Amino acid sequence: MKKSLSIVLTLFGLLGFSSTSFAADATLSAGDTAWMLTSTALVLFMTIPGLALFYGGMVRKKNVLGTMMQSFAITALVTIIWMVIGYSLAFADGGSFVGGLSKMFLKDMTVSGLSGTIPESVFMIFQMTFAIITPALIAGAFADRMKFSAMLWFMGIWSIVVYSPITHWVWGPGGWLGGMGILDFAGGTVVHINAGVAGLVAALVLGKRVGYGKEPMAPHNLTLTIMGAAMLWVGWFGFNAGSELAADGRAGMAMVVTQVATAAAALGWMFAEWMGKGKPSVLGIASGAVAGLVAITPASGFVGPMGALVIGVVAGVVCFWAATSLKKMLGYDDSLDAFGVHAIGGIVGAILTGVFAVKDIGGTAGLLEGNPGQVWTQIIGVGATIAYTAVASFIILKVVDVVIGLRVTEDQEREGLDLALHGERVE
Amino acid sequence: MKLVMAIIKPFKLDDVRESLSEIGVQGITVTEVKGFGRQKGHTELYRGAEYVVDFLPKVKIEAVVDDGLVDQVIEAVTKSANTGKIGDGKIFVSGVEQAIRIRTGESGADAL
Repeated sequence: MKKSLSIVLTLFGLLGFSSTSFAADATLSAGDTAWMLTSTALVLFMTIPGLALFYGGMVRKKNVLGTMMQSFAITALVTIIWMVIGYSLAFADGGSFVGGLSKMFLKDMTVSGLSGTIPESVFMIFQMTFAIITPALIAGAFADRMKFSAMLWFMGIWSIVVYSPITHWVWGPGGWLGGMGILDFAGGTVVHINAGVAGLVAALVLGKRVGYGKEPMAPHNLTLTIMGAAMLWVGWFGFNAGSELAADGRAGMAMVVTQVATAAAALGWMFAEWMGKGKPSVLGIASGAVAGLVAITPASGFVGPMGALVIGVVAGVVCFWAATSLKKMLGYDDSLDAFGVHAIGGIVGAILTGVFAVKDIGGTAGLLEGNPGQVWTQIIGVGATIAYTAVASFIILKVVDVVIGLRVTEDQEREGLDLALHGERVE
Repeated sequence: MKLVMAIIKPFKLDDVRESLSEIGVQGITVTEVKGFGRQKGHTELYRGAEYVVDFLPKVKIEAVVDDGLVDQVIEAVTKSANTGKIGDGKIFVSGVEQAIRIRTGESGADAL
């Protein structure tokens, strides 16, 4: 920010303008734009191939292609939906609940139009990559058993009816949660709680996999999973540090806390598992890293390294408990732990953001700096997101179920999605 | 003629093959198999979900030899496949009625 400011000032000086005339209009920053172009690519990389590999390795061999296909197809589908209407509903002027239709088909987006210091085109496509990964995360909850056609209908409608409005609440112009002062830097509520809760609802509505709890459903290839987790980790720098929408000190701080929290959560899960179950597993450390990435998402841009350390450790241990014990206790089949990692990690992160926020970093103080009200604001944001996504996801799933049916037949499920739905096999 | 079938630990295959060559066994057939005996299986743990894997990978060796060679074959396999730990495997011996070399049509002991 400082650098771009000085460049601008120099430019104005050269042109003979008084530097006091600077404040009038926003100016494009080449540095910010370059970083946001990069961030956009990083975030897309999280979904394909990152998430596709992370999930693909965790399913049984007969469902690898079907699972990776979900990430890939959602990427394509949501791109078009975002272009047609999603971006407008999220970011066009409108009410406090949802944006208007003025940006449909991106019709007013010009080559010179700006959003802050970056082109609006860059802002739009950066946000598009968030809109893509959110539904793709849900797919982990219902892995191995949803019809591909039903999956497309559900994700398409969900993207419009759930993702865009919640994005508008938090980040859109006039959004009610944003107006209330919720702190969600990169999408703890919008992306992770939203996707995780929708996943839980989907897992409950679809029911358990055939043979769940009786037949072995071990991951078929954890090398894919750890590669996917590594790509998520790297891509997440675009997700969190990119959410500053500028190449500045706060983006740098967001990157640092992302790294610290992820490492702490990876170790937290690993040691919890080592002590509780006897061995530090590869799937465990990879899951812990993702839990840390999720939890630091709302907090990055608001907390410092010490806050990140605590958030990471708590997320690693709590998500380990959610994925291993809570799931067993409640008996739902959230196949790849979309709820246990993303919703639980997101809730931990969103609430702890209210605890550890540092005024000097993000402009808002948290509980530790004497602002307990922020924790309450965070809880309201979490609660509203859970309530809306749970109810809306449930209704969409039920409608799709009545119209075309959600689940593959038992024979198809036994045969595997790869062959039954796509006519292909990995070998 | 006898069929000697041995189920052994996979990493012992080379040792067994060598010991059989030394006593003059001309050919063997090797198959990768799975099974369980007293060693039982092992457990795997994925995010708290425990799976008991009952069948462990083993290698099955089959050799048809002349009656006079059987005891030596048994001794060779027993020595070379032995680790002293549970799961070393077993040897089964059964009679073979006939053997034919496809290329030449030779039969009986000449075909071995």
